Amino acid sequence: MKKLLLALATSAAVLGFAASASAQDKTKICFIYVGSKTDGGWTQAHDIGRQALQAEFGDKIETPFLESVPEGPDAERAIERMARSGCALVFTTSFGFMDATIKVAEKFPDVKFEHATGFKSAPNVATYNSRFYEGRYIQGQIAAKMSQKGVAGYIASFPIPEVVMGINAFVHGAQSVNPDFKVKVIWANTWFDPGKEADAAKALIDQGVDILTQHTDTTAPMQVAAERGIKAFGQASDMIKAGPETQLTAIVDTWGAYYIKRTKELLDGTWKSEQVWDGLKDGILTMAPYTNMPDDVKKMAEDTEAKIRSGELHPFTGPIKKQDGSEWLKDGEKPEDGVLLGMNFYIAGVDDKLPQ
Amino acid sequence: MRIELEKRPQASVLYAVLSPFIALVLTVIAGGIMFWLLGKDPVSALYSFFVEPLLDVWSLHEIAIKAAPLILIGVGLSICYRSNNWNIGAEGQFIMGAIAGSIVPVVFHEWHSPLVLPLMLIFGMVGGALYAAIPAFLKANLNTNEILSSLMLVYVAQFFLDWIVRGPWRSPEGYNFPVTRNFTPEAILPEILDSGRTNLGFVFAIVAALLIWFMMRYTLKGFEITVLGQSERAGRFAGFSSRRMIWFSMLLSGALAGLAGISEVSGNINKLQPIISPGYGFTAIIVAFLGRLNPLGIIAAGLFLALTYVGGEAVQLTLTVSDKVTRVFQGLLLFFVLSCDTLILYKIRLVFPGRTAAVGQGAVQGAVQGGAE
Repeated sequence: MKKLLLALATSAAVLGFAASASAQDKTKICFIYVGSKTDGGWTQAHDIGRQALQAEFGDKIETPFLESVPEGPDAERAIERMARSGCALVFTTSFGFMDATIKVAEKFPDVKFEHATGFKSAPNVATYNSRFYEGRYIQGQIAAKMSQKGVAGYIASFPIPEVVMGINAFVHGAQSVNPDFKVKVIWANTWFDPGKEADAAKALIDQGVDILTQHTDTTAPMQVAAERGIKAFGQASDMIKAGPETQLTAIVDTWGAYYIKRTKELLDGTWKSEQVWDGLKDGILTMAPYTNMPDDVKKMAEDTEAKIRSGELHPFTGPIKKQDGSEWLKDGEKPEDGVLLGMNFYIAGVDDKLPQ
Repeated sequence: MRIELEKRPQASVLYAVLSPFIALVLTVIAGGIMFWLLGKDPVSALYSFFVEPLLDVWSLHEIAIKAAPLILIGVGLSICYRSNNWNIGAEGQFIMGAIAGSIVPVVFHEWHSPLVLPLMLIFGMVGGALYAAIPAFLKANLNTNEILSSLMLVYVAQFFLDWIVRGPWRSPEGYNFPVTRNFTPEAILPEILDSGRTNLGFVFAIVAALLIWFMMRYTLKGFEITVLGQSERAGRFAGFSSRRMIWFSMLLSGALAGLAGISEVSGNINKLQPIISPGYGFTAIIVAFLGRLNPLGIIAAGLFLALTYVGGEAVQLTLTVSDKVTRVFQGLLLFFVLSCDTLILYKIRLVFPGRTAAVGQGAVQGAVQGGAE
């Protein structure tokens, strides 16, 4: 018996040593997700980015992650756990993780953090975001061409500037094609809730919209649109599988390129805290194939995409009026990034009152 | 062979003590099988789930933080449930307490004084109690079902919080994001030890549990709660008023939930935001029953449930399993606890075919008697 115990102890010690040795060789790049990594949308897009990162560096890195971390005090614990477990770089991939990221970063000055879509940074906290509104402008144009009734439905999550900006970009794109185009909005007050999202989709369709777009994370609205035989846009991931004959295109978040770039900088020792806001031209945002539409609409979408890529077109170019009729942008005027990032008003044409 | 349940003449003291432990062992075995089926080493999985979080000072603090609101709400609910008042709306009272307590640091943010924190705590308790007063009033005067009214008021509270952080209380420095201004240092519950984040909220939880334990055990009020809960008629003969008990239990549990709310916001979040609770008010219901509605049991149950949360994260990270594993574990635990409680009131009897007649009849009689009681 004693011998057995001794053998067990020795093997455990050897195993433990081996484990710690191999762990030391690899750099840990860690991820915190707000949803499930198979949500088919936002979080899945981040996880695909993580997998691309892992594939790029192979054995040199490890990429542990925590999923379904609620925004709130739990986030702080989860992020601190990451920092304590030896992560060199932690990506916190939801807006609500902002303050928790900053708090933990103060305690662990040697660990680097990157927070998606927020506005607070620190010497060891960078922020990164994507110009989703560029894709939404294109979607608006397509919607205006494809809609018979001239009304689209928009399933929104939370009335934060990011989402309001998306609605405005969509409306402005649509009105560049059809000046009378209207958008109805339903606030789901969640990022991830297939049931609520599907209910919102049904309610919008019952109100007479014939195109659906969403700023929530699951494929549920796409499935409802498919059942009811109307067209829809995907969000965050290519949702074509949920609606092979329904999806017109989708805004696809391609975070992988950014994750690879930042990890490379970390390994080279050139990582700096930055506030990055990239768009179509940088490859952080791509459009899923334009499908289920006539060739002329496809052509228009591709032209617009090329113009945004080249910088020839800024989706928010004046003249644009606010919902109350007052002027926001003069003819030819473009907004500053700071204004976009704090957007809390609708432009004319949105058939909804912004929750205040 | 059949398995039959036979009612015991009286509740078994032995199994009342043993049943949570049997449940725990069964949970660990079932959990181990689950990890094995997932292709993970069950021993190391269970180790990082239940043991690893206890070896690190840091994670002990995290367990205490997570347990504090569960215990605080749970002991309040135990008074309600013992007196037959089914307050399901602790989540709403938690939120309203947090909002009421935040009046001081948000609206009067320029007022700096050592009085800020005590005032916040008092406001928090009053806010939670007032919110619980609504279902209490409805039940006491209109005989409304408090399960429904308290539950539905949770959603009202959630939307009220959502509205207030987007509207009147939105921080002018927050880029229009739905948060209030950050609390100033004097509005933040102090940490109690240098080694980690545990704050005064945990002390409140333990003190509240001990006070309520004392009240239940040594005071007339405690006796009144028990009597009215077990038989309202008997209580009336003893001169106890079930109407006053509705008010007492609902206000007390509301105040404790409100205190939990303001402690969480002040100690951990440091501001109001649209979501301040991952469902503490509902999880506390499980904690209350897991602790057998006994304040000391609730302390243990609260700490244990907190351990499953913290351990669940550890497992996710070390073994890369889904976060759903934590939920499955909590579900398994509750299931086994409830089913093991059967042993307190019933005996398990194996019935073999040859001898069925006599024994079976006895069992049936026993069951009938049990039913008639």
